[in-house]
Amino acid sequence: MSFVLPGELVPAQHVNLKLGPGLLQVSDVKNGSVMSTRAGELKHTANNREWWIEGNSRRYVPAPQESVIGVVIARSGEGWRVDIGSAHFASLDGLAFEGATKRSRPNLKVGSVLYARVSLAHKDMEPELECFDAQTRKAEGFGELKGGFLVRCSLQMSRMLLDQSHFLLPLLGARFPLEVAIGLNGRVWVSTKEPKYTIAVSRCIEAVDPDGGGMDERAAKKFLATLDI
Amino acid sequence: MPRPPSPSIPEREFLYASLKQSLRLDGRLPLEMREPTLTFGPDLGWVDCAMGRTRVLASVDGKMVKPTPERPLEGVITIHSEISPMASSDYETGRASDEEVVLTRMLDKVLRRSDTVDKESLCVQAGQRVWHLRLTIHCLADAGNLLDCACLAGIVALKHYRRPEVEVEGEDVTIHHPSERAPIPLAMHHTPYCFTFAYFPDTTTQAVLDPTSLEQRLSAGLLSIALNAQRELCVVQKAGGVPLAPDEVMRIINVAVGKAKELDRIVEKRLQEDWSTRNVEVR
Repeated sequence: MSFVLPGELVPAQHVNLKLGPGLLQVSDVKNGSVMSTRAGELKHTANNREWWIEGNSRRYVPAPQESVIGVVIARSGEGWRVDIGSAHFASLDGLAFEGATKRSRPNLKVGSVLYARVSLAHKDMEPELECFDAQTRKAEGFGELKGGFLVRCSLQMSRMLLDQSHFLLPLLGARFPLEVAIGLNGRVWVSTKEPKYTIAVSRCIEAVDPDGGGMDERAAKKFLATLDI
Repeated sequence: MPRPPSPSIPEREFLYASLKQSLRLDGRLPLEMREPTLTFGPDLGWVDCAMGRTRVLASVDGKMVKPTPERPLEGVITIHSEISPMASSDYETGRASDEEVVLTRMLDKVLRRSDTVDKESLCVQAGQRVWHLRLTIHCLADAGNLLDCACLAGIVALKHYRRPEVEVEGEDVTIHHPSERAPIPLAMHHTPYCFTFAYFPDTTTQAVLDPTSLEQRLSAGLLSIALNAQRELCVVQKAGGVPLAPDEVMRIINVAVGKAKELDRIVEKRLQEDWSTRNVEVR
């Protein structure tokens, strides 16, 4: 485990190297060609093929193919402007939905919450979103999220929740049925039968969040037992 | 980025639905406030006040100035507060937001115009030298109810501050360094605390104390009350929003009285704890 700062050269080498968030390939540096763009822990897979940086930043920087949760801010021409928590609003085309045509477009209101995939993220351009899978062009769960509640957490927490081996969601799921959509931009949409369950989920996420309570599994279990559910 | 977007439809609907059942997102009761955490710095009059994720830093420093000709016997107190984008990405630099105007005006009313500090005791030589106290409020993080947190930080900073002792012999004024003579606390008349209540469009929903930022933004009116533990009302502010019956205002004031007493105990306890750890050498 090593800690890197922005601008540091990273000894990442592999014949089939794949760079993840926080790493950038640079060509004009003599020795080594991979540079870090943010501060954090440098991590790689066991076979040294995939490298990335795990930081504790709170501000989302869009990256292609990441699933995010956005809030519609305004209509603009054929599409919508969506707040995904990044420095700039993202644009979502009216046709970027499964089965959408010029005539039948989904009816999104200002303030609607949607689950989308970042299709374009470039430092000089506005991010763009799509609500279908790139290969199949089917919705695959993307689209408007109705009802429920939006929980905000740190970016690190949203990545942790996406990890299938993380304890929190199975722990909560064993107590009551719940539906969640996790956006990598630090937003989690939660839908349950009763407001008290949603509040329990929200409080547990806050408690386990390394940026908040930072509880481990045992402490989280104890915390959940104190909640009135 | 322009003004922050208003909360999304699911957030709004959920908050109203859960408040109807008297459930709050952080598990508090409607009339329960977040327990403030007070941290004192190495200097006297330096306080970091945190209520949940809302954090405000206040510091007091004093210097000698010539008083204004209109009030030659009174010291001067100035309050400097600014909300920067550091507090939350909702704020922007340059233009003073409505929140900032409200905060500045309320701090002025609660801390200065309510005669918290005895200004005449800040006079050293009539018409010649008086103390000028400068209270600086830095809003570090805003997770709702910045106003109450800033007022609390300001009042605790004033209570924590001690000014150097001054000796006047004829025309000569000697300021004794804190290491020579123990600095003396400010003469305070009372300690007002500010409490903010949020009202919602649905009139059957109970008002909530110490709103979070989501509650604050979805509220249909905020009522801020500043009062001290002796039941003396200093400021009642309600800028627009839902109309309230006099009975409701009286009920809320009674709630605030109880909270002020509670808060006063916490503040006094923390100040005493901090003072007992400080070693003031007197030679």
